[in-house]
Amino acid sequence: MDTQPVDNILEVRNLRVGFGINKTIVDVVRDVSFDLRRGETLCVVGESGSGKSVTARALMRIARPGRITGGSILLRNPRGDTLDIAALDDESEQMRAVRGDRIGMVFQEPMSSLSPVHTIGAQIIETILLHRDMTQTEARAQAIEALRRVQIPNPETAIDKYSFEFSGGMRQRAMIAMALSCEPEILIADEPTTALDVTTQAEILRLIKRLQRDLGMSVIFITHDMGVVAEIADRVAVMYHGELLEIGPVKQVFHEPKAPYSRHLIGASNKFTITGDHARGGTLPGLDPGVMLDVRNLDLTFRKSTGVLFRKVQEFHALKDVSLKLRDGENLGIVGESGSGKTTLVRALVGLIPADSGQAIYRSKDGRDFDLLQKGALRKAGLNREIRMVFQDPFSSLNPRMTVEQVIAEPLYLEGKRSKAEIRAKVISLLDRVGLPKNVLSRYPHAFSGGQRQRISIARALSVDPRLIIADEATSALDGSIRSQILDLMFELQTELGLSYIFVGHDLGVVRYFCDRIAVMHKGVLVEVGTAAEICQNPSKDYTRSLIAAVPGTDPDHRRLLTA
Amino acid sequence: MLRFIANRMFAMVIMTLVLSFVCFFIIQLPPGDVMTAYAAQLAAAGDSSSADTIARMRAAYGLDEPFLTQYFIWLKSLLSGNLGYSFTLQRPVSEIVSSRIGISLAVELLAIVVLWGIAIPVGIYSAVRRYSVGDMFATVFGFIGIAVPNFLLALLIMYIIYLYTGTAVDGLFSAEYVQARWSLAKLWDFFTHVWIPVIVIATGGAAQIIRILRANLLDELNKPYVVTARAKGMSERRLIMRYPVRVAMIPLVATVGWVLPTVISSSIVTAIVLNLPTLSPILLRSLLTQDMYLAGALILFMGLLTLIGTLVSDLLLAWIDPRIRTGMTDG
Repeated sequence: MDTQPVDNILEVRNLRVGFGINKTIVDVVRDVSFDLRRGETLCVVGESGSGKSVTARALMRIARPGRITGGSILLRNPRGDTLDIAALDDESEQMRAVRGDRIGMVFQEPMSSLSPVHTIGAQIIETILLHRDMTQTEARAQAIEALRRVQIPNPETAIDKYSFEFSGGMRQRAMIAMALSCEPEILIADEPTTALDVTTQAEILRLIKRLQRDLGMSVIFITHDMGVVAEIADRVAVMYHGELLEIGPVKQVFHEPKAPYSRHLIGASNKFTITGDHARGGTLPGLDPGVMLDVRNLDLTFRKSTGVLFRKVQEFHALKDVSLKLRDGENLGIVGESGSGKTTLVRALVGLIPADSGQAIYRSKDGRDFDLLQKGALRKAGLNREIRMVFQDPFSSLNPRMTVEQVIAEPLYLEGKRSKAEIRAKVISLLDRVGLPKNVLSRYPHAFSGGQRQRISIARALSVDPRLIIADEATSALDGSIRSQILDLMFELQTELGLSYIFVGHDLGVVRYFCDRIAVMHKGVLVEVGTAAEICQNPSKDYTRSLIAAVPGTDPDHRRLLTA
Repeated sequence: MLRFIANRMFAMVIMTLVLSFVCFFIIQLPPGDVMTAYAAQLAAAGDSSSADTIARMRAAYGLDEPFLTQYFIWLKSLLSGNLGYSFTLQRPVSEIVSSRIGISLAVELLAIVVLWGIAIPVGIYSAVRRYSVGDMFATVFGFIGIAVPNFLLALLIMYIIYLYTGTAVDGLFSAEYVQARWSLAKLWDFFTHVWIPVIVIATGGAAQIIRILRANLLDELNKPYVVTARAKGMSERRLIMRYPVRVAMIPLVATVGWVLPTVISSSIVTAIVLNLPTLSPILLRSLLTQDMYLAGALILFMGLLTLIGTLVSDLLLAWIDPRIRTGMTDG
């Protein structure tokens, strides 16, 4: 099949990886075969559970408790000698010599993937000393060099810092420095930018590309974001349910996908372009609708004080004089990087964090005005029935010890107006509305996938017939195709029930798709507000422009991030 | 860091004062006082001292003053270094305490060292080789250790030794060394006796620590940073000791603060069964006889140990966990 077999650094044939479940072994990766060429970027895509991470870990023999149950993994060195990784023992000296030296790996969550109790330097130096015959001083010098290579400022001092003293992007850089400290021939990057902001993601992608060129590495890049694939891949492998559906050059996969599933993935990602035609967000309705929520000069500072005798107070000015309006029936998006104050803003609006000054005038269903920033405003006026929240993490925002019925019915019981039978009927109709069958009533949240859980969260928010739903990164934790299903569900509910949404997100494409107007936040300041189309196509502020420039495109022919 | 310690020292002074009040309050809590207990004792012995004598003694010791006055008198004498007088033992409290404190701390610290020395390796083994034969064994040992009362274990060991050697073991020294001055021979004699109480005290505690460490470490073993370390090509043994074990130890180190007082109070029954010249039996006796100055001094001493222990454990935590260290220097 390959015309230049010598050029392959890695040849994977019929790889199978199994996990032992109740004494039987279930293969979660089945007959996967592919080649990795010297110096290329191979992107492996697929939704969570498709086996892409397990495959990558099997290449390094760190898939445990999973085991390789069949196939071969040939690692070639430039002289043409081969080593069959699949035949080695996980713990063997030969395998350990490959790990970290010939193959390096970068993981998704840079915070939890670095040891919290060791300095960055100690962790990098350790890798170098494992594979190179060096003194501590020499290794330290090489570690500083590794940090310099990933453009961490002041590497001489940064080397003695701990991971929690770095920002997310810097942590991922340190992680890359560690993986590359022995200049491996292959870098495996497992969703390295999924947990990062778009701007940081763009920086990390550029960095990986540059290092790849400098060191002549091959990169296996695992992701579920087709935009990232379009930006960086030479070739793409699509995985689904443990099998490799297709593999080919990026342009071929994007323009003439063979597998229907590849078409589906690309279609789902095309939905969230920031420039394309969208049903919403072009212009505002001609008739000026009423204002539902009017936030004026909201200011909020976090304070922390410690010590008895020598007091010390730390302050963080999280929201600086923020003013914005939400109109009846509109979807308002709030975007910004992490730390921009977008979540703090919505939490202040529902009274979860007390604001220092300012007003948030909310006009209720019966036409009365309330200031949401007054202490306990939501509870006192019963507004917590009109304003509901949906949170980011569908795994931790549902009580694992409550059944679906209990979760959804709880707000109704608290309301105390209806009989048991009425509540049950209401819960069933809510489940139907969010597209879940009624036989799930007595199940617990762990039995559901991320998308289904988010549907349960939405049903819970809808149970008391709200007018405004605040969705804080509600689709960020979901895969592309599931994300679009949830957003479409939210649209349907809007037309059906006359809802308004405040949608907090860091993915501009998603916010553009879902919202009428977008507010851009940066370091606690509201940078600009405008219609979604205006913000995305004709931004007036530099910060907004930089945010938009960092969004990956969807077409491998027109790369946005990696010019030259 | 210095600022943290200074803040903590200041808080400790205040806490000690509060503690002294609480101690005094507790020992005054049961109805009656040391004289009632004394009178009952005399009556039981057939000595019918008149109530008049008791009342005179009570007045002489200031026991009929109001509670607060008594407290301040006690506090004042404490601050001037006078721990008071034990009514039942007819000796100054400081003399009683100083005659026993050295031996007591030696036995208890030794027990703690043995306890951690057994518990930590076994706990790590149990977590890393979960459900292995060794883990099962440690688990069974753990539950036996928790379930069997210490005094029973002490009796059992004494019985077995008596059965095989025909000598009865009790105390920490053979008869000829009890009054003797310290010498190498006496030290050796001490070690031939001390292992029994040490083992008895250590078993119960070790079992608990094994369970806690096992659970903590199991949580840590699957964390992403362990996978990262593995991806570097480190050997399994080294990476487990360097990464997850260090993190799993953090909650255990936090318990260092009260480990000494816990051992003192939990070894009371063992100390009585084995007839050990430690502080524990004295503590029980002083509480039973409402010997208030002796009991007050001992409870206050244990409280002080807790405060110092907590400071030590916080400093240890700062040493092994940089996140806590930064919290201290920042905050």
